[in-house]
Amino acid sequence: MTTLIVILCYLLLLLSLGFFSNRLFRGTSKDYFVASHSIGPFLLLMSVFGTTMTAFALVGSTGKSFERGVGTYGLMASISGLVHAAIFFLVGIRLWAFGKKYGYITQIQFFRARFESNGLGYLLFPILVLLVVPYLLIGIIGAGKVIEPVTAGAFPLLFTDPSAPPWLGGIPPWLTGLVVSLVVLTYVFMGGSRGAAYANTLQTIVFMIMGLVAFVFIIDGLGGLEKAGKVPIRVNESGLVVQDFKFDKEKDQLLENETPKVVGKVLDSENSNLTDQQPHFWREPTTVEFKKKNPKTGELIPFERELGFAFLTFVTYLFIPLSVGMFPHLFQHWLTAKSAKSFKLTVIAHPLCIMIVWVPCVLVGAWASGVLPPGIPPPAVLSAMLNLLVGDPVLTGLLTAGVLAAIMSSLDSQFLCLGTIFTNDIVVHRAGQNKFTDKQIILIARVFIVVIVALTYALAMLAKDANVFDLAIWCFSGFSALFPVVFAALYWKRATKQGAVASILAAVVTWMYYFHLSGYGGEYFVGSGIVPAAICFGASSVAMIVVSLVTSPPSLKTLGKFFPEIDSTS
Amino acid sequence: MGKLLVWSLFVLMFFLHQDFWWWEESFLVFGFLPIGLAYHAGFSLACSVLGWLAIQYAWPEELEKFADSDDKSSHP
Repeated sequence: MTTLIVILCYLLLLLSLGFFSNRLFRGTSKDYFVASHSIGPFLLLMSVFGTTMTAFALVGSTGKSFERGVGTYGLMASISGLVHAAIFFLVGIRLWAFGKKYGYITQIQFFRARFESNGLGYLLFPILVLLVVPYLLIGIIGAGKVIEPVTAGAFPLLFTDPSAPPWLGGIPPWLTGLVVSLVVLTYVFMGGSRGAAYANTLQTIVFMIMGLVAFVFIIDGLGGLEKAGKVPIRVNESGLVVQDFKFDKEKDQLLENETPKVVGKVLDSENSNLTDQQPHFWREPTTVEFKKKNPKTGELIPFERELGFAFLTFVTYLFIPLSVGMFPHLFQHWLTAKSAKSFKLTVIAHPLCIMIVWVPCVLVGAWASGVLPPGIPPPAVLSAMLNLLVGDPVLTGLLTAGVLAAIMSSLDSQFLCLGTIFTNDIVVHRAGQNKFTDKQIILIARVFIVVIVALTYALAMLAKDANVFDLAIWCFSGFSALFPVVFAALYWKRATKQGAVASILAAVVTWMYYFHLSGYGGEYFVGSGIVPAAICFGASSVAMIVVSLVTSPPSLKTLGKFFPEIDSTS
Repeated sequence: MGKLLVWSLFVLMFFLHQDFWWWEESFLVFGFLPIGLAYHAGFSLACSVLGWLAIQYAWPEELEKFADSDDKSSHP
């Protein structure tokens, strides 16, 4: 119960921040949508980083490392440090410049002008919404998965149908999702992009500090760094997978098992030297058969899991982080920048911030393999470790608030962005700029945000058991497939309207094809390990190049507008 | 020259990311950090240094001037 009170106090703090930012609100739509281009370097870094790091970063990375091992870091985090920073530099600053000069608030406004096409906006709008929705879902699903284990036992008579038997009485995911949605909705509703920037800054600081505090306590619970390194599951000389340790809750201590506990067996591995090795610490693919308990019958059911990654998967994952170039919510954050100089801190510090958050999460996920049952749902690994190793309820509440902070700092930007593009690119664009007053425009955006929040909540309840990491990867894959559109728009004079349409269609058709083959959100590879994003990106690029070359180039007026002789990089 | 250096380092970083030479290794650095993770944490630090170099030697000053100039004749 104490844990729950701490979490509720944090949510109240966020609501008060929404009221505060509402007092600073200038009442104009420009202030609501892009904070009147007034955001400086630190706020920009915090809001961009907070937006890109979501349940995916904390809950997802820990769960993926629990499933696959430490290769998870190189797969997503270190390559994102390189690719994201390059995109901020090459795409973000340039879009900010065009946005500031020509008054764009949304991506679609830029694309309509650059490709001389109204229809392009109507084509792109539903696709952007379709791709942002899975991103929203992982936030709400992730929040639900985190709160239930840490509040287990709080209301045993009220919540009698837990997701797993040990979590009886914990706050159910449907209630957590509802509360989180309402809190985010409230401060976005009141403060707009300025409110989101302030809330993101607070939340990013909270989740980074709390993440490090959690890491320290988990290390302490495992008996120190060196001992923690020995905790993950090990392969013995017979090819059996064993846990050498267990955590004794009563003694609050990690104890060595008298005889190693067998939890699985190696079925197949490309690694020639398995004995006494910890498979979570290498990256060579290794198939292991584990057993998990059926919660209803108590019967042990075998299941297979592949640890490590195929090298081809690792290489082709570099296409996934390209998605930040097309995130509509990130575009909106870029436009809030006071000047191009605001980007400098983000370019340097973003890879460091990723490292500070991801390295502890990935380590905790690998260590968890040695003390948690292998069948535990991956999104619940982080909170299960907190629950097991950090006994103090106040601290557990603060650490859980940190996880919620990471989740909500993305949800707010995404909700706001969908309201912004619907209002500006559909309603105002169709009716004409002078049809609505500023107040009416803000009202329309707010109403649409309410509708999207309700819709997302309903979908999250339907997809409540989805894997947070895999669903996020599908969302990123869709946006990375659209990356050739923005890159060509900025750097290739010959890119045409027809080329952009063909590129978008190629991206969507290939993405939907693979998404269908994945069973709508599961892990899926093409051939011997190629991520679908690589193929979607390739199809989109080819369509852009071929169709642009066989159609008429853009007008000289448009080329003069977007390719003025402003620097030597164009 | 500065821009060429930055872009060359950027391409080099892509190759350095594919550390197949330690793919099967699981030894620990500092007694707790698996080599596959330690290497990529170092890679993140290198990305930050590359970002600093890009700002020093390839910063698009002209874009800022362009954005702040008064000429909005082609406003959408």
